[in-house]
Amino acid sequence: MSPNVRVKTLKIDGKDVSAREDQTILSVARENDIFIPTLCQMDGLTSVGACRLCLVEIKGSAKLQAACVTEVQEGMEVVTDSERLHSYRKMLIELLFVARNHICSVCVSNGHCELQSLAQRLGITHIHFPFRYPKLAVDLSHDRFGMDNNRCIRCGRCVRVCDEIEGAHTWDLMGRGDASQIVCDLNQPWGSSETCTSCGKCVHVCPTGALFEKGKSSSEMSKRQEFLPYLTLMRGDHNE
Amino acid sequence: MTTDELQQISTIEQETQGQYQHHVCVCVAAGCLSSQADVVQESLAKEIERQGMGDKCHIKGVGCMGLCSRGPLVSVDPEGVLYQNVKPSDSAEIIESLGKEKVSRLECSTEIPFFQHQKKIVLENSGLIDPNRIEEYIAVGGYGSLVTCLTEMTPSEVIDEIIKSGLRGRGGAGYPTGLKWSMVAKSRPGHNGKYIVCNADEGDPGAFMDRSVLESDPHRIIEGMTIAAYAVGATNGYIYVRAEYPLAIKRLRNAIRQASRLGLLGNEICGTPHRFNIELRLGAGAFVCGEETALLASIEGKRGTPRPRPPFPAESGLWEAPTLINNVETFANIATVIRNGSSWFSAIGTEKSKGTKVFALAGRVENTGLIEVPMGITLREIIFEIGGGIPGGARFKAVQTGGPSGGCIPENFLDAPVDYESLNRLGSIMGSGGMIVMDETSNMVDVAKFFMDFSRSESCGKCTPCRVGTAVMYDLLARITDGEGREQDLSMLEELCDLVKNTSLCGLGQTAPNPVLSTLRYFREEYNHQLVSSE
Ligand SMILES: Cc1cc2nc3c(=O)[nH]c(=O)nc-3n(C[C@H](O)[C@H](O)[C@H](O)COP(=O)(O)O)c2cc1C
Ligand code: SF4
Ligand code: FES
Repeated sequence: MSPNVRVKTLKIDGKDVSAREDQTILSVARENDIFIPTLCQMDGLTSVGACRLCLVEIKGSAKLQAACVTEVQEGMEVVTDSERLHSYRKMLIELLFVARNHICSVCVSNGHCELQSLAQRLGITHIHFPFRYPKLAVDLSHDRFGMDNNRCIRCGRCVRVCDEIEGAHTWDLMGRGDASQIVCDLNQPWGSSETCTSCGKCVHVCPTGALFEKGKSSSEMSKRQEFLPYLTLMRGDHNE
Repeated sequence: MTTDELQQISTIEQETQGQYQHHVCVCVAAGCLSSQADVVQESLAKEIERQGMGDKCHIKGVGCMGLCSRGPLVSVDPEGVLYQNVKPSDSAEIIESLGKEKVSRLECSTEIPFFQHQKKIVLENSGLIDPNRIEEYIAVGGYGSLVTCLTEMTPSEVIDEIIKSGLRGRGGAGYPTGLKWSMVAKSRPGHNGKYIVCNADEGDPGAFMDRSVLESDPHRIIEGMTIAAYAVGATNGYIYVRAEYPLAIKRLRNAIRQASRLGLLGNEICGTPHRFNIELRLGAGAFVCGEETALLASIEGKRGTPRPRPPFPAESGLWEAPTLINNVETFANIATVIRNGSSWFSAIGTEKSKGTKVFALAGRVENTGLIEVPMGITLREIIFEIGGGIPGGARFKAVQTGGPSGGCIPENFLDAPVDYESLNRLGSIMGSGGMIVMDETSNMVDVAKFFMDFSRSESCGKCTPCRVGTAVMYDLLARITDGEGREQDLSMLEELCDLVKNTSLCGLGQTAPNPVLSTLRYFREEYNHQLVSSE
């Protein structure tokens, strides 16, 4: 820790906590075993504030703030759970479910899926918005991996791990609105990619069954993410 | 360039113009060009030659005169007559009439409220000067404010003037301009200094205020940006203009070249240590690239998606250097504020909204076109006096301001003053200046659906509520207009409006529900009427 970093005190859910000034609300909350739901955030990758599940209330501010990208401030009073936040989070999860096909029972990641477990944890029992699911192509051109756009929640974790950790930048996002999707290189079959190193990091940071290893049947695809904190610690180039 | 040298250019220009007894100005901004103003200009020029008037009569192309719906527009001076819907075949008659009886059949009276009720600051030179010649801009006092700032004022005095003027950003949100400038001034420069960015992305459907300013008076933007650069300590500037504005781009390029040649851009501007350069960056037509953080990403060569703020661009913008980003119209006010003084400016408008606002008036009104009005004017005055009312005696229904981020205001609020706060209270926003008038033939659910269609396809797709929420709202609206909507669809719409407004990452999502919210608020019976159960 650099000697210039100051320490702050703040309140999260009424509890007094301390933090380095460069910490986010999310990381302080986690240190103190306070749960804030997240999907796009992942320790070791840049936080982008995209999924909006980690929104929290800050006393004195009318706007909700994403805990994963909001740095602490002295005297801040944070509320991580309220009726309003809970209902927003449930609706956000519901929107993820209606946007694509997330029929769990036939998914390779059934039982190991972050979207599924978050839905359970937030007590979502049914979806009340109309479903949209467009039919999207599945890319099975890679020897070892597959990509199913129908399961993608566009958290961008694969894009970031490939760019920031592997340094290949094989994945990126294409298109706008709900038609946006992840693409390999210049939107070509994964198997034909010349930048992909087949490291598999994208597969293992993917929270759902969108990226998977071939040969896995329904419910068999569990993800191993331990490598990421290890790599970042060894490189010492991220502060978390 | 010193004050004296500017004066000299100005005098020479005025003398050159004074040699002519007649001046014929043809509007060559995009509106009139689309009805062949360039052909009209050519044939008028030929006619001047043919009638041997070459040394008595001067013809030039000028910027937008405002009443675009009646173009091509031609004005003749000193007669002070404005001609409308001019065709090439009218040329002979117009030139013959110079100094004699005007051509009454083509005349467009300038006594009408359309012209009388406007107040021009931003558009003060539009339609009067040739946008392709820096000498004409200088002859009407252009670049005088820049020289004053550089040679007689300190940067903080300049910022003080802007703060005192009460000028607020014209890009939509109305953030106080002076405050923003002072933030950039106080931020520590990056290794690459600080940047000035002019937001000329103008992606709202139907809006063409910024385009018109750029096409009609490009030097005004350069002067405003250069003053800002001096005030905040920046050395490089970008104008981010959409590629769909080829004429504006051409005129800006030309203007930058001319200003550089005269030493008004580049190193040692006006013999002072201040240096400033401007580059153009072309946008590819994504609405979201008008959002400041997306715009900056786009200039950096990345995908144009917004990022969370803070840090605000004023602190960390282009390549992490402090960056001042203002709208075209905001910059267009600067030179006049400096020239006439902050108290002159702040005397115009209302308590919290000072100065004027340019609107692109469109839809079901008699006079469509570009107008500039003092803040605080009522909607009624704009629509029924300046706009000339609804054509064909139809009944007014609503006026939409702020495009896809704004709302529809019904008849009983027509006397509301046009300022940032009151438009917000009515569920709309000032926006960048689109104003669409609707009559009784408009179906308000269709209107909401139209804007939601725009938002869902222009959403960058980064954050969940905007990406999926706008798409689901569109599906619900389409279900209602298809006659298959049910009572619970309305409550679902309301839930989603609340969610998308309060949880989206950037302004696009945060304001996308406004067209639905305002039509639900004022025209709910129209929704009810189209539901299944009410049949
Ligand atoms: C989706 C979206 C689109 C925008 N488009 C524009 C635009 O086309 N032009 C503009 O000047 N500002 C636009 N803005 C506002 C800019 O983010 C920014 O606030 C503005 O350029 C600041 O300038 P000002 O302070 O002079 O108004 C947009 C904002 C959002 C959220
Ligand atoms: S609100 Fe819409 S446009 Fe803005 S970041 Fe989210 S998805 Fe992109
Ligand atoms: S975890 Fe913070 S926005 Fe996704």
